[in-house]
Amino acid sequence: MSRLQAGQRHPVRFTLNGKPCTGEAEPRMLLTDFLRHQIGATGTHVGCEHGVCGACTINIDGVPARACLTLAVQVEACDVRTVESLAPLSDRLGILQTAFKRNHALQCGFCTAGILMSLDGFLREHPQPDEGAIRDLLTGHLCRCTGYTPIVRAALEAAAEMRGDLSREKSDA
Amino acid sequence: MKPAAFDYVRADHLDEALDVLGREGGEARVIAGGQSLMPMLNMRLAKPKTLVDIMHLDELARIERKATTVTIGAGVRQARLLDWPELSKALPLAALALPWTGHAQTRSRGTVCGSIAHADPSAELPLVLQALGGEVHLRSARRRRTVAAGDFFTGMMATARADDEMIEAVSFPADRKRCAFREVARRHGDFAIVACAAVATQDGVRLAVGGVADMPEVRDFPRLEASALDDALNAFAYQLDARDDVHATARYRRDLVRMIGRDLVREVLQ
Repeated sequence: MSRLQAGQRHPVRFTLNGKPCTGEAEPRMLLTDFLRHQIGATGTHVGCEHGVCGACTINIDGVPARACLTLAVQVEACDVRTVESLAPLSDRLGILQTAFKRNHALQCGFCTAGILMSLDGFLREHPQPDEGAIRDLLTGHLCRCTGYTPIVRAALEAAAEMRGDLSREKSDA
Repeated sequence: MKPAAFDYVRADHLDEALDVLGREGGEARVIAGGQSLMPMLNMRLAKPKTLVDIMHLDELARIERKATTVTIGAGVRQARLLDWPELSKALPLAALALPWTGHAQTRSRGTVCGSIAHADPSAELPLVLQALGGEVHLRSARRRRTVAAGDFFTGMMATARADDEMIEAVSFPADRKRCAFREVARRHGDFAIVACAAVATQDGVRLAVGGVADMPEVRDFPRLEASALDDALNAFAYQLDARDDVHATARYRRDLVRMIGRDLVREVLQ
């Protein structure tokens, strides 16, 4: 049993996007704040802070999770993936991100990081999703700009491209 | 919207968790998946001095199927139960209701027992436990006891659990009686405005309603014909003492109870 005292910072060791990462957090610190303020990984956005909006969705040990409903100290020894993991290079977007850009699946972009992380994990497990499954997944997110339709289109297009059904010219777009 | 300060205890053995609860009682709270408790902490509706994390206790992460029951340990996440290959045969009502429990992104972390411990009047899993007449297994350093679902829920987010107790597991009766589930919510996966579950009984149907009264309420109906059924459902809808709130009016809730109730009763008795 380990007891981490309130009001003191404790080391947290975990894997962030494939690399070992260490930071310090009080027990009450949310993973959202830990990632953004202690680690400097600001790709994860903070919306409602009670699990409703989905903006802070990340991936912990292979499953989607709300970072705002997770304590930093709970990810000790966990494998954490955030939106920063999606781009293969700093100047190249991933397939899903490119599909979002192409389909105007984001406007203000606030909800996008969470939606990308939900879809990324989902498409790995469900390479041939139908529209209903995508829409069901998106009920876990709020987007006030797009009306969701371009997001659904981008997700289906990205799924097809990941399967190799759709060949596109290589571009940065 | 940040939690107040607390000590965080990562229990490696069940005895350690029970020991902390025994010593600190009402000042300590168990955290499992955190999908109900964390919002309460963030909004400071709960301000425990100590949080006891039980997700490292392998002995709690079990689904056990026996002849007449399915017992689900406190560490079993909702997504795992939903993916359990025997679910639709062993617990068909849970198979219908689980996709409505939160979203994929919260079921991946939230536990079955955690939702029942939280006892939100709109939540699906307490409703299923009530409809099936399940049991809650409570454990403390001094004793073990089993409480019937009907006695466990005592009010809005209030249960019969004592301060030094934690839910060790819940049991659902496994049977293949006809059942049905339906819910109306603003967004699929949100808390229900009204959720109903119906299960066939020997001489009729049992209807459970969530989202209206302070806790899921159950009524057994005999086989009733058209207008008699409508009258019985109307009486039930009024007995639930619906209230107006930001999501819906009391009148709309009663309307939903009558309409969904009638559909489900017919579906089950067909």
